[in-house]
Parts: sequence; C-alpha cells; structure tokens
Amino acid sequence: MTVETAKHRELGLTDSEFELIVEKLGREPNDVELAMFSLLWSEHCAYKHSRKLLRRLPTEGERVVMGPGENAGAVDIGNGHAIAFKVESHNHPSAVEPFQGAATGVGGILRDVFALGARPIAILDSLRFGELDSVRSRHLLDGAVRGIGHYGNSIGVPNVGGEIYFEAPYEHNCLVNAMCVGIARTEDMVRAAAAGVGNAVVLMGASTGRDGIGGASVLASAELGEGDDAKRPTVQIGDPFEESKVLECCLELLGKGLLVSLQDLGAAGLTSSAGEMASAGGVGIDLDVARVPLREADMEPFEIMVSESQERMLGVVEPAKVAEVIAVCAKWQTGAAEIGVVTDSGRVRVLRDGEVVGDMPVEALVDGCPLYDLSPAEPAGWMYGNRATVSRDATSGETLLDLLGSPSVASKRWAFEQYDSVVGSRTVRRPESADAAVLQVPEAGNAIAVSIDGNGRRVACDPYAGTIEAVLECAQNLACVGAEPLGLTNCLNFGNPEKLAPAWQLDRAVSALAEACEALGVPVVGGNVSLYNEGPEGPIYPTPVVGMVGELPDPARACGSAFLHEGDAIALLGPFEPSLAGAELTKLRGELDTGLPQPDVAAVAAACATVREAVRAGKLSSAHDVSDGGFACALAESAIAAGIGCRVDLQPLRERGCSPDEALFGEGPGGFLLSGSREALESLGATLIGETGGTTIEVAAGDRSFTVDLGAAESAWHSLSERVSEV
Amino acid sequence: MRWGVLQFPGSCDERDALHACSLVGDARLLWHEERDLEGIDAVVVPGGFSYGDYLRAGAIARFSPAMEAVAGFAAAGGPVLGICNGFQVLCEAGLLPGALLLNESTRFTCRQLDLIPADGTQIDLYRGKSSRRPTLSIPAKHGEGRFWAPDEVLDRLEENGQVAYRYAPGQNPNGSARDIAGVRNEAGNVVGLMPHPEHAVDPLTGSTDGLRVFEAVAAAGARR
Repeated sequence: MTVETAKHRELGLTDSEFELIVEKLGREPNDVELAMFSLLWSEHCAYKHSRKLLRRLPTEGERVVMGPGENAGAVDIGNGHAIAFKVESHNHPSAVEPFQGAATGVGGILRDVFALGARPIAILDSLRFGELDSVRSRHLLDGAVRGIGHYGNSIGVPNVGGEIYFEAPYEHNCLVNAMCVGIARTEDMVRAAAAGVGNAVVLMGASTGRDGIGGASVLASAELGEGDDAKRPTVQIGDPFEESKVLECCLELLGKGLLVSLQDLGAAGLTSSAGEMASAGGVGIDLDVARVPLREADMEPFEIMVSESQERMLGVVEPAKVAEVIAVCAKWQTGAAEIGVVTDSGRVRVLRDGEVVGDMPVEALVDGCPLYDLSPAEPAGWMYGNRATVSRDATSGETLLDLLGSPSVASKRWAFEQYDSVVGSRTVRRPESADAAVLQVPEAGNAIAVSIDGNGRRVACDPYAGTIEAVLECAQNLACVGAEPLGLTNCLNFGNPEKLAPAWQLDRAVSALAEACEALGVPVVGGNVSLYNEGPEGPIYPTPVVGMVGELPDPARACGSAFLHEGDAIALLGPFEPSLAGAELTKLRGELDTGLPQPDVAAVAAACATVREAVRAGKLSSAHDVSDGGFACALAESAIAAGIGCRVDLQPLRERGCSPDEALFGEGPGGFLLSGSREALESLGATLIGETGGTTIEVAAGDRSFTVDLGAAESAWHSLSERVSEV
Repeated sequence: MRWGVLQFPGSCDERDALHACSLVGDARLLWHEERDLEGIDAVVVPGGFSYGDYLRAGAIARFSPAMEAVAGFAAAGGPVLGICNGFQVLCEAGLLPGALLLNESTRFTCRQLDLIPADGTQIDLYRGKSSRRPTLSIPAKHGEGRFWAPDEVLDRLEENGQVAYRYAPGQNPNGSARDIAGVRNEAGNVVGLMPHPEHAVDPLTGSTDGLRVFEAVAAAGARR
C-alpha cells in the first residue's frame, strides 16, 4: 500500500474508488485533485447511496418550472411568476456547534434560492433533538433556535413555520433542516449551467478562508505537518450581513441581465460549484486560485478549492459585462473577482498564477462516482429504546394534560417568537395560527401555503406507512387553509446506508414518497439527502422531512386552526381510523413497537379536496388536521388558541371500532377537525360531534369521558418555555 | 407628501416601510450614500440590521452620509420617523434621547402587541383616519429594544410629553423603562419606536393600526 492510497482512505474514498480515479485520469491524482475528488465523490455531493433510489420519485408536472438538479426547484404561480423552494439539512455541523451550524444552514438554503434569481420570502425549519430532560438537548435546542433566528432575522426573511420533535434517538445527532421559499419573475430566472466559451467566471461575496475545510483538514495535517490547522473548527461561521449584501447584489445583477448563470458555494466550495456548473453546461472551466481573494495569504491551492467559507456565489459573465458586474458588487460593498474562464476543454483546470496544479475531466469529477445499490434488510423488531414516562392508570383528563405538555406536542411559541415572522408584508397566517403558513403573493394576485412535516417516530414504526403519512400531513395542512399542492421538496435524514436496517428504512421511505406523490399528483422538485446520522447508541429515527407548497386564490379565506365563534358546530371529516400504534401516548407509556396501519391515500386525498373547497368557499370557521396526540389534542389546540371551550362526543369514532383511548388519543392520517355552521358541515358530509363554547374541554368517549379546564390545558400546552429554561 | 425611506446595507424593512408610506403619499428609497433630501417632506429610518449592527445596533449607520443629511433635515424641523433599527440609529445619532439595550430575556422577540400612544405634541397621533381605538395593535420584533435612560432623563421625558408610545400594561416585551416603546425629541418632529407600524397597514397581515402612525407623521409634514 503506497502513501497515496493511505491518504485517499483518510479522505473517505474506498480503494476501488481510488483505483477508478486513477483509471479515469490515466495517472495518480495529485493532492489538489485528490482533495477535489474526495469531496465530489462523497455521499454528500455524489448521493452515491441514494441516487438510484431517488430515480423513483415523480418529478414532472405542468406547473414545474425547475426540477431536481438545479439549486432549488420552482413551480409556476401565475402571472409570469414562479415560487422556488428547497429544504436542506445541516445536521452534523449543528450537533457540533448548534448556533453556527443552524445559522449557516439557513444561510446555505437562502443562497440556493436566490441563486435562481428568486427573492427569498419565507424560511421554515424542521428540528429534532433528544428528550428535553437532557442538558445536551436543551443546549442544542437553544443554540439552534438562536442560530436560525440570528441569520433569518438579520437578513429580513420571515420564518413562518416549522416543527420540533424531541426523541431519544436524536440525542447525539440532532437534525436541523431548513427550507426556503422564494419568488421570481420566471423570465428572470437563471440556471446553474455554465455557458459561453470565453465567458468570465466571477467569484462574488465573502473572501475565502480556511473555515469548513472538513475532511480535507486531515490532508492538511498529513501534508503540512501543521497540527494547529487540524484543530481549526470545521464548522463554518456565518455572516448574515454579508449574505444580505450578496443577496441584494445578485438580484440586482440578475435584474439587469448581467449574469449568464449563477451558483452558490456550499459543500465542497469552489470545487463543487465550478464542477457542477461545467457539468451542467457541458463545458470546461479554468480557475486561477491566485486570483481568489483570501482571508489568509498562505492558503494552499487545495484549501482554496475546498474551503466552505460562507456567503459566496459564482457567476458566469460575458467579458464585456465584467466591469459592470464588479461595479454593482462594489455598490453593495461586497467582493468580486474574476477568477477564471469558461473553456471548451471539458476539463476543470486549477491554476496558480498560470501554472496548472490540477487538471481533471469534468465527467470524471462530477458524474464519475460509482453509484451503489443498498443491501436492505428489515430489522427483526423495534430497534430503538423507549421508556415509560406516564402511568397507564392516569385518567383521560390527566392523559390529555400529559400529552399537551409533552414537548413534541406542546406549543412551540418559545421557539417561533424568536423568529421574525412578519417582515416582507406577506405573512397572512403566522406560526400556529393555522395548519400551514400562508403568504400573500400580490405579484400573481393569489397566495401560497407552506407546510413542513415528518414524524420520525412513526417512520421508525413503519418506514413505508410513516413516510406516506408525512406527505399526507402536509397535504392536509395545506387543505386546512384552502391550498392545492403544487410541488414538494424533501430532506431524507437517515442512518448509515451501508448498514442493513437504515438501508431498508431508506429504501422503503423513498418508495412510499414516490407512491404518495404519484397518488396526490404532486411532483418532487428538489431535495437533499443526509445519511450517516448515527450516535453511539445507533441510528436516528429514519426522518424524511417533507416540505410542500400550495396555491390558494384568496388568502382572506384561509382558515385558522382556532375555533372562531361560540356555538359553532364541531365535526370530524375524513377517513380517520386512529390507532395507538406509534402514537405519542404509546411512546409516553413506553409501549412503542413496529407496525402502522396502511393509509388509504386516495381516500385522504378526497377528504383534502372536500376541505379545500369548503375553505375556499368560506364555509368553515376553523379547520385543523388531527395529528400528534390524537383527536383530544387537536380539540384542545383549537380551543386554547381561541379561548373558547368545547363539548364533544366521540361516539362516531367508537362506531368505527375504536377503543376510548384510540378515539381520544389515537393517531393516523385523514382526520380533519372542523367548526362552522351545522348546515355547512352537514353539506360536506362531515360527522357532527359537538359544539364550541364555555371554558372547559368536555369530551365523551365511552367510559373514558372527561372535562378539563381550558386554563389547565393552556398551561400544559404552553409549558415548553419553562422546561427549556431548566438548564 | 413625499416620503424618503433610508436604505442601508443590511436594512430589512425598508421595502415594507416604502409600501406603508406609499399608502399615505409618494415614497422613494434613499440610498445610504445620498446627501440630497431636496423635495422630501418626511423621512423614515427603517428597521433591519444596518451595516450588520456591528459594534452596536445603529452605531455605524449614524455616520452614513444620508444620516448627516437627516440630522440637518431634523434640525430644520422636518419630520423623521425611526422604526426599530431606525430608532436605534436616531438614538445613536443623538437625535433622540435614551438608548436601546439587549432585551431582558436576552432573546429576539417577535410578538403582536398593543401600544398606547401618548398625547401628541407636533406629531398628533390621534389625527389618523383609519381607526379611533385608544390602542394600536402592532408587531414588535427585536433583540435590542429595551429602552433605557437615567431616571432624571425619564422624568424629564414624561414632563415634556416626549414619551410617544408605551406598551400596554403587561405587554412590555423587553423590559423597557416605564414601558416606553417610543419617544420623540423636544421639538416633537423626530419620533422613534421599537414596534413596526409598517407591518400593520394591511388587514390581511393582521392590523391596519400602523397607518395611524404614518398618517400622524404625514400630518406633521403637511403642517410645515
């Protein structure tokens, strides 16, 4: 074994991958090339364990403007405008340094969206931590929430929704997924493909430093013998002020037609940006690292090529327009340097002061990584722990309060009040006021609704059914505000794909995602895969996070989830057949096991259509989907938010074969809790079950009937802030 | 009525402020390097994180060419409205008394709340046309909005009628002294507040009470 082969292993390449690189180059790679290959052939960039699976996903649709492969997906919203959106993970950085990890996660997803020429108009986030009684989890939660707020608030993009779950398997490997939504005039949008031989390659934004060199820092210490470099934090540091300037600068450049194409610098920095732009355009690129503005003068070429310094963008510019581009960047007080040129060589060449220090075929670098098949095997049974935290002997009233106070169910006001949800003058439905965020789009004379969902515990119980539920939950949330789905983005957070069980979970989840999207007619326009999410105790819950964007004609009619009037009728609509399998209550009782009922996607889709049309017609006072904690929790949430009690009899669920516990606290897709006039609800075919009013939540369910004071329910539901501060 | 809305690198709410101003007059953005306020009847210094709020919120923006011009405009009696970061900038520039410190909670807080307008002097807060309710429902969103001044200064502000807005009882989101949400200068033509009236000009997004603030400033501008 030579020294060179040892080095490739340290960089995460297998021996056979290294041999393939040698074969494609016709020689052994030098250090610059090896560093670049190791990053572009990493799971993160090459999707080598997931790309084959992802081919199953439906990506076509008549409203799709941009699909997978671009910086973000985009759908047509009418009147010459498009909505761009994408969700991405920043899990491992956040587990190391939650504030900067989460902040730069937001920064990265914003750049993906404005790289298309879309102005970011909303951020959502999906977070997972260990149980809240762990000091580490509270530390990670606090840091991540502060980091998300810091970046999003400072840049003036509203954070309009999200979700947080607390489950032990995320103790060591938290999840921080951020989604960004943007709006663009369709004709102003650009793709990430480099084009035009002889065009200049311009690096804009922040200067390049040694931050975020990641795996390559191992090479640094091996190569240079400088121990200090290896100790540098591999987590990038974000500067939202720089991003704000770069954002405005890029939108001005695109508005003036000064850019041929634009790409953000994310994972693997210049290497992936230049490589992917060249690959997409079928061209070559020459880059001179000596022309890259540096924070530290003595950086090696490979460091410059793989640095993940934040707030940088790469643009392709016609030579005659370079001066004007540099002038606009100067106006915005951000950097701009012409660092290279588009060539017809089909190669990425790295130069230093004209001397070639790396030279690789684009095809080998970007698309040459071997794709692997998984070796999935279903685990024998429940592979995660689960300890009881509530007694089976509790009364149903006590159980309701336990569930409302359970951190995963409880109000997330503590978190979302730390985010600016109103900047931009679009936010019609703020966090927790409706099932989906609603943003008005005056440019197109309508509005969009956005939701992000994914209950990892239920996916752990049954990766197939659980993933379908995640898609259905999004669709139901959109229906509650009267929105019709236009497109979907996803972030697949899973464990090590080289292990049997995580591979099986991933395989099943992707199949389910494909089936649910096909059945609903919702194309997948982009996404992200985050694998190897494991701690010392094993993998995380398999967590496909689904972000869905829908359209609604009249935002004034978007229903809230809170009851609106005393004396309204309350009804249940939809093919809701709750069970305790995978339910929050089952978790609290320490009785989790594998298996979920298989959802009837078509029936849920039909219920969504009924609710959507009723909301659009202005027939309902409130609409809320039945989710975590079951029907009793959904009722309590609608009542607490309104300050209006309710009296309900769940006998119709008992007649569907549910036990009292299942009727009250069972979970499953397809349930809508509606309020409005008796006539309106009956006209929808909904089942009347009670009415709003009073100051108590009164629920009859066979022998487990109870009455809970609204104030007590509210205290339990708003208990998160006290529990977070118990550091 | 021609409004000028300042835009610094790092401003966030300038487009929203521009929209709000355009509902009660004509409005244009003023780039931070502009010194010429010719033809401008009223100035808004908007919210955001001017120059990244590096060093201290508003500390760098106060030295911008546009702010020099605004200081002259204010000295000549021109109406100036500072919102959130704009309030911080006006305090840093010495155009308004007091200082805005880190919220008591140490956290950024975004919340719809009720403001009580104090009696107006030159900027008559009850002259607005949109609503006659005694309180304004307006969102606040900031991390450094705790109004502070020495006790003797606070006493003087109250005696002079320089307290422009207070948070409704129990709704002070940041620990501000005496629930003060906004103040004005002695002459009464410069007013700053932490909550965001520009985010309360549309019933769809929650409230139109913010219009009253812009209408009041416009009325002050029209009287000049």
